[in-house]
Amino acid sequence: MTERPHLAVIGAGPAGLAATVAAAAHGLRVTLLDSAAQAGGQFYRQPADGLRARRPQALHHQWRTWERLRDALDAHVKAGHVRHLTDHHVWCVERGADGFTVHALLGPEQEEPVSVPADAVLLATGGYEKVLPFPGWTLPGVLTAGGAQAMLKGTLAVSGRTAVVAGTGPLLLPVAAGLAAAGVKVAALVESAGPRAFLRRTGALAAQPGKLAEGAGYAARLARHRVRLLGRHTVVEAHGAERGGSEPQGRSGGEGPSTRRPEGPGTARLSTPAVPGTAGLSTPAAAPGRRTTHMLAAVTVAALDAERRVRPGTQRRIPCDTLAVGHGMLAHTDLAESLGCRLEGTGVRVDDEQRTDVPGVWAAGETTGIGGAALALAEGHIAGRSVAARLHGHAPDPRTWAAAAKTRTRLRAFSAALDAVYAPPAHWAEQITDDTVVCRCEEVTAGAVREAVGELGAGDLRTVKLLTRAGMGWCQGRVCAPAVAGLAGCELTPSRRPFARPVPLGVLAHQHTHPTGRGSS
Amino acid sequence: MTTTPHELAGARPGPAFTVTLDGREIEALPGQTVAAALWAAGVTAWRTTRGEGRPRGIFCGIGVCFDCLVTVNDRPNQRACLVPLRPGDAIRTQEGAGHDD
Amino acid sequence: MVVGAGMVGAACALYAARAGLDVVLVDRGPVAGGTTGAGEGNLLVSDKEPGPELDLALLSLRLWGELAGEFGTAVEYEAKGGVVVATSPASLAALGRFAAGQRAAGVVAEPVEGDALYGLEPHLAHGLPGAVHYPQDCQVMPALAAAHAVRASGARLLTGRTVTDVLRTPGGAVRGVRSDHGDLHAPAVVNAAGTWGAELASLAGTTLPVLPRRGFVLVTEPLPRRVRHKVYAADYVADVASDSAALQASPVVEGTAAGPVLIGASRERVGFDRSFSLPAVRALAAGATRLFPFLSDVRAVRAYLGFRPYLPDHLPAIGPDPRAPGLYHACGHEGAGIGLATGTGHLIAQALTARTPDLDLTPFRPDRFTEEAA
Repeated sequence: MTERPHLAVIGAGPAGLAATVAAAAHGLRVTLLDSAAQAGGQFYRQPADGLRARRPQALHHQWRTWERLRDALDAHVKAGHVRHLTDHHVWCVERGADGFTVHALLGPEQEEPVSVPADAVLLATGGYEKVLPFPGWTLPGVLTAGGAQAMLKGTLAVSGRTAVVAGTGPLLLPVAAGLAAAGVKVAALVESAGPRAFLRRTGALAAQPGKLAEGAGYAARLARHRVRLLGRHTVVEAHGAERGGSEPQGRSGGEGPSTRRPEGPGTARLSTPAVPGTAGLSTPAAAPGRRTTHMLAAVTVAALDAERRVRPGTQRRIPCDTLAVGHGMLAHTDLAESLGCRLEGTGVRVDDEQRTDVPGVWAAGETTGIGGAALALAEGHIAGRSVAARLHGHAPDPRTWAAAAKTRTRLRAFSAALDAVYAPPAHWAEQITDDTVVCRCEEVTAGAVREAVGELGAGDLRTVKLLTRAGMGWCQGRVCAPAVAGLAGCELTPSRRPFARPVPLGVLAHQHTHPTGRGSS
Repeated sequence: MTTTPHELAGARPGPAFTVTLDGREIEALPGQTVAAALWAAGVTAWRTTRGEGRPRGIFCGIGVCFDCLVTVNDRPNQRACLVPLRPGDAIRTQEGAGHDD
Repeated sequence: MVVGAGMVGAACALYAARAGLDVVLVDRGPVAGGTTGAGEGNLLVSDKEPGPELDLALLSLRLWGELAGEFGTAVEYEAKGGVVVATSPASLAALGRFAAGQRAAGVVAEPVEGDALYGLEPHLAHGLPGAVHYPQDCQVMPALAAAHAVRASGARLLTGRTVTDVLRTPGGAVRGVRSDHGDLHAPAVVNAAGTWGAELASLAGTTLPVLPRRGFVLVTEPLPRRVRHKVYAADYVADVASDSAALQASPVVEGTAAGPVLIGASRERVGFDRSFSLPAVRALAAGATRLFPFLSDVRAVRAYLGFRPYLPDHLPAIGPDPRAPGLYHACGHEGAGIGLATGTGHLIAQALTARTPDLDLTPFRPDRFTEEAA
């Protein structure tokens, strides 16, 4: 076994799993590193073991595909060809004279370093959700649609009783359906594209009957839960209320937004009388006239016209304690960037074999451009086959992955068609008031960004960052970059982030060249 | 038709245990992250920002945005969405940079 | 016409405009898009030995103080002082001699021993033999300083324009520049192109041997103020003056008003190589945690790189170029460009208006290298 060439796969979502399985089946030794406690990534995120969920499939789609992947992974782990390192947070991949070193931090604490040497690296680092700001978006209770789904799938948790799901993109339907099935009242699904546009049978969309059926299935489930579908609508503002606040809360009456929650067997509750909402936070009292205060209490939505501009006079208020919002996805490209891989748009550029332009580095899935789980599976499979052939010293025969290549072509076209359908409202940046915080970490307002551009000569993301601190905080601009680019009227270019996650200086200060590694399996 | 996520997924977690939030006892379940237990306890914000002192809680839910930072067992700046709870853990709301001085 | 909207170009524009000139500022990128945007904003006298660079630094510091009064907190100016730490008895003795020379040249350099050191910097590693405190060392946020200086100058700012040629009369005098957006005429052109100053010089038919020296800076998570001064080990001065191409990384550690601690900067001669170097940032982290052990548990959230423009004798080129009448140089400040920018801009403005400069420009003559070569 030790004779086998060694591939490090980073990310155990659909792309990484498919690649691992394909590479192991074709003679490689694979180390699969992933930050989660269990394989699955975001799409197949599993409930934590301790919750002992007997029906996790109730939260999922395409469960049989997952079972096949999981079983194949287990078989390769048992056979000794795959080592699955869970809770490994990779912060940098270093390219050396004779291979690569993957540097990771261990466990949720992320203080103990681990390094894994490898002959080749496959980046399957996935993506994360893009959210464009609007007044009130920093209120507790406003979260990403993907975040609401991750909390539900991974920890069986929901944040409130009444939710609005909003934004644009194919993720909103399953998120709304999932929350509704889990007992949350979904007051509205607010999509800035028209839902009919999604179902229109033209071009590449018509070539995807499965996807159309999927969309129709969600729509039926939402209808069953009496979820209002507001196509060509957008959230223009989120409103807060003091805890125990005065916002009308529908069925919750005058109580605070989070005081009433779905409780059932297994739902933890306070063992002492609870102060709901904020936990003893010494926040300043709301200034007179300030609209947004402690927590989400309602959103204002408005209709969009055919040009996707807000139609005056169509505003209406929807009470809710949760707003799950998203405007599409962005690729994680930090590791690829530091390795010197060329990017294309906001994803890693790959060839037909899923090779990046850095020898020994492959990439698959969302990190190469957003396209969904099925595309990630196809790309991962091709990448795994390609690495296996190349590390054994021969060129692969693309005919051996013809089916996957066909799927890849079809789904890339589908994804491009979706991009044309789903789009945020036109002139969304103009809707952001000057006092709206855009960079959540450093609390930089839209007004400050506008001043940097209009008066101080900034013309790109980097200069806006230097002049305002937007993007300099903990998240390093991952969240605010699209908003800042929109406000500045410049291109969204991937920022260079040599550290894919924060690293203790003590870890950096000490060389760790000795291969170690602990993990489940 | 009211259901819960636990009912939906057929969860049968082990017995609840106690952790503290700013010294108050709250219950948590095996497998719950800090964020999940706080949500279940009706708490949606557990940090105030460094500049304006505004409350924050979960935003991205997957460890990317660092909005849900919290102090756990005197260790500041932990992401509540990632850190699983163990019996006796002491969660503290975090103000500003999270470091004393 | 000033080419380069970094800190040096911004200062040239500001002082030239205040001397009554009409100023156009051109840059192929945005304001502060090059080395300025990658700098820490060190305004140091502590690392300079007596000589022309120290004289320029003292002039510049005085001018920075005036600008700080004008711009207020917008440029994050802080007269925080520097603390240079000796790591061994031998280095303390050498540092003492170095400081004595600086005092003779007008620098305030106060020896610090024993507990007094920990009074200045409570979180420093224990057992350090001593230090010198330089109260004149200051800090500014370089990109903000450049942007505000440009705005205050009232100069016409043309960003996103690449200079493709320098226009000259048949007699060889400079009369403007050609850009990718058309010709711009001016009787005087200032080369403030920093690390790319050699290219502009060659467009004007002359030479200036500016080369890049790469540096990485590490940025930590936001912290309360635990590092009060600019703190560095005495080895730093040797690194700055070194002619070696190899990596040097005795770091300058400092807290910032915004919260993060900055740890900079490594020095390597690797051309314009923008690739990330883990060994370089590891060396910075090792040096910083040796000075401040508490930093071991603090997280680095970011690292970035820049290229210092250096000339073979580590002095900038400031003043008219006799080989190309109408061309003035203001570049090659290596890692000290922010600190030396105000003095440079002031001297350039004096040269442009045919006044006697406050400092003798002979050591900064742009044509000094051609003579050596000959």
